[in-house]
Amino acid sequence: MGYSLDFGWLAGAAGVIARGAAMTLLLIAVTTLAGTFLSILGAAGKRNGPKPLQLAIGWYVEVMRNTPFLVQLFFIFFGLPSLGIRLDPILAAMLAMTLNMAAYTIEIVGAGLDAVPRGQTEAALALGLRPRQVFIKIVLPQALKVIYPALTSQIVIMMLESAVVSQIAVRELTYEADMLQARTFRAFETYFVVTMVYLGLSMGLRRLLVSGGRRVLGAGVS
Amino acid sequence: MIEFTFWDIVRNLLLAARWTVLLSLAAFIGGALVGLVVLFFRIAKNKWVKRIASGYIALFQGTPLLMQLFLMFFGLPMLGLRIEPWTAAVLGLTFFASAYLAEIWRSGVDALPRGQWDAGASLGLHYLQELRLIILPQAFAITRAPTVGFLVQLIKSTALTSIIGFEELVRTSNAINNATFEPFKVYGLVALIFFVMCFPLTQYARSLEKQASAH
Repeated sequence: MGYSLDFGWLAGAAGVIARGAAMTLLLIAVTTLAGTFLSILGAAGKRNGPKPLQLAIGWYVEVMRNTPFLVQLFFIFFGLPSLGIRLDPILAAMLAMTLNMAAYTIEIVGAGLDAVPRGQTEAALALGLRPRQVFIKIVLPQALKVIYPALTSQIVIMMLESAVVSQIAVRELTYEADMLQARTFRAFETYFVVTMVYLGLSMGLRRLLVSGGRRVLGAGVS
Repeated sequence: MIEFTFWDIVRNLLLAARWTVLLSLAAFIGGALVGLVVLFFRIAKNKWVKRIASGYIALFQGTPLLMQLFLMFFGLPMLGLRIEPWTAAVLGLTFFASAYLAEIWRSGVDALPRGQWDAGASLGLHYLQELRLIILPQAFAITRAPTVGFLVQLIKSTALTSIIGFEELVRTSNAINNATFEPFKVYGLVALIFFVMCFPLTQYARSLEKQASAH
């Protein structure tokens, strides 16, 4: 007597899985945009801001990098309401993901900024550009090009990590898998299928980011 | 209803943290052993063996750890094994760690100049001796910083085993939170305990990295 696999439920579940995957993609899209923006501010602040700000950003990065994402998520979703800040699950998930990703990408963006030769800034200033223009038009594009591969990896890692936001009842891919297996009693098959969907998403996302980066940032991005 | 004082909470969390430490160690040691096997496959001369190892690594690096744990937890009983959360947690994290460690060490092997292999061969060493005496010691030495860095990631990843029911730090904190309704304090303390475990290792990895780049 053995266990026999049964995938008969799959046909009826495709829509639910697709909906979950769409939510996962929405989460990572928002996180990517907000996280990258935040990390550009963070990296610039860590280099040129006033001393207390530099210290604060440094500690922020350390705290986020040395604690589990799941605990950060619980802290934000369950802990913040006691300060009077009540977020709905999707917002809490986006906030937690953004804050977590920024801690990693602040370092990445910072490394990119450091990699741009000082002469670029000097040349741009000599041409009469204002400091902000120098940063946005000269330094940042070059930095982003250098760090793009590292940024891509971080985005994919974050997408995979987003599976845990199912724990605060965000209806993304993992949450739908939990619901499905409770209904079908086919836990292994359900998680197997959803794992493969994640694998496809991570490979597709990587490919999309690489080809998109090549188009926007120019050749040489891998 | 039982009243929890602040120290009750701290004490219970610290007791639970022992399981987090134990699980991290077990997974790291298990992951290193399995990772070594994956590494052998990954740097083998045979193209197919290599491809299998690459696929293994890509599979574990391309799917969420939470899914891997679920598959372990629900999949192993189908093979007739009775499985407890602890077993599923250790096995799941072991395989997860093996893929990452194999890939880290593989980068170390690749970084060594070709001449190291040639020199070994010219001394009359066979393949396994070359690996054991010349290649692996150097590969481990230059990848010490990312290896420690991964240990930090592994410690943080043990938090996910709370979801499959393993009683470690996070699961205990959920229970305490349900009894005390003080999520800010409870999860703040949990974060602090994780930080105390991980931060020294992060600093250690950083100093190793500095040493390596100073050479």
